[in-house]
Amino acid sequence: MAAERARAETTTQVWNDPNAKPYIRIENVTKKFGDFVAVNDVSLNIYRGELFALLGGSGCGKTTLLRMLAGFEQPTSGKIYIDDVDMADIPPYERPTNMMFQSYALFPHMTVEQNVAFGLKQDKTPAEQVKTRVGSILDMVQMRQFAHRKPHQLSGGQRQRVALARSLVKEPKLLLLDEPLGALDKKLREATQFEIMNIQDRLGITFIVVTHDQEEAMTLSTRIGVMNSGQIVQVGTPKEIYEYPNTKFVADFIGSVNLFEGHIVEDEPGHVLISAPEAGTEIYIDHGISSAPGAKVWVAIRPEKMDLTKNRPDDSDRNSAPGIVKGIAYMGNLSVYLIKLDSGKEVKVTMSNQRRAAEHAIDWDDRVYVTWHANSPVALLS
Amino acid sequence: MASDIPYQTSLPLGAQLHRLLAAIGLRPRAAVILVPYLWLTIFFVVPCFIILKISLAQTLIAQPPYTPMLGPDSVPHEQIFDNFKRLGNDLLYIVAYGNSLKLAAISTVLCLLIGYPMAYGIARCSPSTRSLLLLAIILPFWTSFLIRVYAWMSILGKEGVLNDFLLAIGVINEPLQILYTPTAMYIGIVYAYLPFMILPLYSNLEKMDMSLLEAAADLGCRPFKAFCVITIPLSLPGIIAGSLLVFIPAVGEYVIPELLGGPDALMIGRVVYNEFSQNRDWPMSSAVAVAILLALVIPIMLFQYFQNKAQEAPK
Ligand SMILES: Nc1ncnc2c1ncn2[C@@H]1O[C@H](COP(=O)(O)OP(=O)(O)OP(=O)(O)O)[C@@H](O)[C@H]1O
Ligand SMILES: [Mg+2]
Repeated sequence: MAAERARAETTTQVWNDPNAKPYIRIENVTKKFGDFVAVNDVSLNIYRGELFALLGGSGCGKTTLLRMLAGFEQPTSGKIYIDDVDMADIPPYERPTNMMFQSYALFPHMTVEQNVAFGLKQDKTPAEQVKTRVGSILDMVQMRQFAHRKPHQLSGGQRQRVALARSLVKEPKLLLLDEPLGALDKKLREATQFEIMNIQDRLGITFIVVTHDQEEAMTLSTRIGVMNSGQIVQVGTPKEIYEYPNTKFVADFIGSVNLFEGHIVEDEPGHVLISAPEAGTEIYIDHGISSAPGAKVWVAIRPEKMDLTKNRPDDSDRNSAPGIVKGIAYMGNLSVYLIKLDSGKEVKVTMSNQRRAAEHAIDWDDRVYVTWHANSPVALLS
Repeated sequence: MASDIPYQTSLPLGAQLHRLLAAIGLRPRAAVILVPYLWLTIFFVVPCFIILKISLAQTLIAQPPYTPMLGPDSVPHEQIFDNFKRLGNDLLYIVAYGNSLKLAAISTVLCLLIGYPMAYGIARCSPSTRSLLLLAIILPFWTSFLIRVYAWMSILGKEGVLNDFLLAIGVINEPLQILYTPTAMYIGIVYAYLPFMILPLYSNLEKMDMSLLEAAADLGCRPFKAFCVITIPLSLPGIIAGSLLVFIPAVGEYVIPELLGGPDALMIGRVVYNEFSQNRDWPMSSAVAVAILLALVIPIMLFQYFQNKAQEAPK
């Protein structure tokens, strides 16, 4: 994961520059369908050349937000600006955007080639140029040999690639991709991810990519926006989102996490002490969170930041939770241990298999201590 | 479950039916298809062959009024196609065919021009409005066809509703002669056959995926162009089905030209009727009918066959 996230860190972080002008400004946008609020007061700035991932569960309003950017839905309230132009009265065919539809929306009466060429022909691009551009984009998605087929003669993943090619070929200023790679196998998906990043670097196109797949969001994006029931709950670089989730929802949604309920015993600028009966130990964190003593908190600890030991640690009343090994899942490069703590709560701990072999083998039903560093837990107030 | 029942005395009905069908050498699937095929054979194919047979005979003052297929009275071999030869040589028939085809073709185009926007509009309405509008399209079928044509006579006549209205608002000073002109005939046919155009078009347009139009707009295509390059090509099966449903019966239409068209409106339907009832020339009448059947149905069947084949073939 570290290697994947390195991308976000090496890119200059325009969003932290107060003088930078956002390319897309979404201001307090709400969309209602009847009484149902699909997008709830979303405000978001996206900068030129970003690859912004929208992440969230099914039905949380990702597609609806994209459709408002593309111009197929009008916000019930709020404003959308692209390149400082208010989009309210701009029809889809005049917006500087291209969208890849979640349902692909390929024209069934046209061949793959005609589908991809459609957008270029609307701009009266010379035929020669249409031919070469369509050819090269079909090569990129590895669909050249199917150029003369109709959509109904293709597999799901092939259709997805055609839809992707059709939206990419016009090289618009803003590309909206709704689940662009969901139907592809791992190898093809990685190759296509690579191509998308290539295009972004080469042409400086701004991307907004909707995905269910958090790993994909981590790999691709400069920043991630996590959505939950119509709202954006956190925006940040993949690293920020992963390391410092701001809510239980985000911590739980991104990657796997162990959550303990507790209340604050001590909250000093340099540390916090949390009593968490669920964990069976006090949790000590080496930075303050500024909250009232006695306040209810949740502590999130990633499974890979936990350690297992059979011997009772020295300062065993802090950051070491006793339990019994209830399951071990071998995952190739690492193993996942399921530990039942004395409180009855189950936690997951991952350890690399190199270490597993080196140390005293921990086995089913062994009594163990789950430990972690004081800088690993994140305390969450909601 | 079955073991709970101590004595299984009879099989379920479905299984019994299976056995019965198997006994006469039929698979259930074949049996299901058999029923409509039998129906079509008895009430469509056999009558067609009877008419074909009559068209090869000659008139005879007898009961029935034509020569038998076989036996001493039968037509000699070399004269068997005489009726069809007469068809080709007599200008009357050729003119009648021409008139009918022209009437049907123009009516089909008019139906398409009027029906397409209607079908499109209905398909884009909310589901509740949609069923109301569809009901309105089908509603006229609840009254007799003949009564509706008579209603048009009283609308279009010299002292009809239309003329009265136009006179009253002062658009015209003298009543117009609409009834008994080709105009009245077109009005009648378009009116009568419009639902047959609208319904297949509607069912096609209603199924259309609206996101295709969004995709077109997204790629920079304006709404009118998107209509031309996306909606129309995709509704082609509906256009063809609707046009055939209007064109084919309109060619042989008898009642409307007879009642609304003038006495000189020479249509193929009238020719068939005259040959049959006035001249009592059943064979000639049948030959006229067979000729129009062959001339229309065979090209249409071939067209559809090749169209389906072209659609299926992967490149
Ligand atoms: N046209 C509509 N009319 C009524 N409700 C709608 C409409 N479109 C979307 N919704 C509702 O709005 C919510 C958000 O839908 P949206 O398609 O944006 O979800 P999503 O985040 O894209 O989900 P998924 O990941 O499953 O694609 C859903 O609950 C959906 O039922
Ligand atoms: Mg969606």
